[in-house]
Amino acid sequence: MQVWKYERVIMDQKIIDILANVPDPEVPVLSVLDLGIIRDVVLPGDGSVEVVITPTYTGCPAMDVIATQIRMELLAHGYANIKIRTVLSPAWTTEWMSEEGKRKLKEYGIAPPLPKPQVSNTTLFAEETIQCPHCNSWHTRKVSEFGSTACKALYTCAHCLETFDYFKCH
Amino acid sequence: MHIDYILHLADNALILGHRNSEWCGHGPVLEQDIAITNISLDLIGQARNFYQYAAAMKNDGSTEDSLAYLRDTREFKNCLLAEQPNGDWATTIVRQFFLSNHQFELYTELGKSSDAQIAAICNKALKEVTYHLKWSSEWVIRLGDGTGESKARTLKAVAELWTYTGELFIPAPYESASGVDTAALRSAWMSRLTEVFLEAHLPIPADTFYQSGGKTGLHSEHLGFILAEMQFMQRAYPNLVW
Repeated sequence: MQVWKYERVIMDQKIIDILANVPDPEVPVLSVLDLGIIRDVVLPGDGSVEVVITPTYTGCPAMDVIATQIRMELLAHGYANIKIRTVLSPAWTTEWMSEEGKRKLKEYGIAPPLPKPQVSNTTLFAEETIQCPHCNSWHTRKVSEFGSTACKALYTCAHCLETFDYFKCH
Repeated sequence: MHIDYILHLADNALILGHRNSEWCGHGPVLEQDIAITNISLDLIGQARNFYQYAAAMKNDGSTEDSLAYLRDTREFKNCLLAEQPNGDWATTIVRQFFLSNHQFELYTELGKSSDAQIAAICNKALKEVTYHLKWSSEWVIRLGDGTGESKARTLKAVAELWTYTGELFIPAPYESASGVDTAALRSAWMSRLTEVFLEAHLPIPADTFYQSGGKTGLHSEHLGFILAEMQFMQRAYPNLVW
């Protein structure tokens, strides 16, 4: 699978700085760059800009807000002719999340996605081993496949007894 | 790809998503209330993608909103199974398992479609459908192999819903250009069902008379009630957007 590195695609440092200031409304410690949902930035040189984004999950309710926020930030930085385009393919994967993003997630109290899924998705009752973001114990168990947003599952730690969100490997 | 087929895919996702959303605030426990409404969100997201594509294809001023909220029952093309009432938790779980199992096979095939947009939507959605299938399979096993009460309710749910499963594999005229052999999906569907039902200690249902009609707009009376609630806002306050 092609792992997308935004540093290689977006050469314009000004755009990178702008996008690094657009947070994910549901996990505000992550920028849209950390999340890996910026697929491309097109700068034809006439002052216009096109930003290509992809949703994390099909029904992610944050996408409209994200598109609006990107537009607002670009407007605030003097870009006038702005186009935000959504693409679905290739489908977003947590492999596109930056290492910096994973670190910020853990600090925020959300267990970051594993680099690769440990279990096949179709294996019933299989659980991934997730490290507690609070006490670093591996002695955790899954409470629910689904959590407070589409991208998270709910886990609980048997060591520190905290319940925590896990950003699912997707 | 026939436009009615895209609407059929959209309607299936929207109606099942709407049914599941009726559990919001009523789930048996908080975590499962969140789970079933998360599944709703995924399904309604799929529906949006299909409706947007259908609207662009129609190119007659239709929008995702007009397609979802301004068509009447006879124009909806969802399978009868999707519109069946939630009943108890066992009924909802069995309905979800039957349909997720079907979506898993269907989207796997449509992911290879020569229609790039359909392939993109389905490949994206397949990742989510895989969670739904795993979750609903585990629940079928938990209920079927659970207490006497949960088993009895699951058996009742299967008995009530089985007659609506045949329609999934009977192609409507607009499916001929889909590139998917609708009837051929049944063998993989049955084999996964058999695997899960054996694990759940549930008997494999026998062939029976199968209800059909939903795909061509002949619905059970339930769909009218769904639309009355779901379309209320758009009809009372025209031109609202998602």
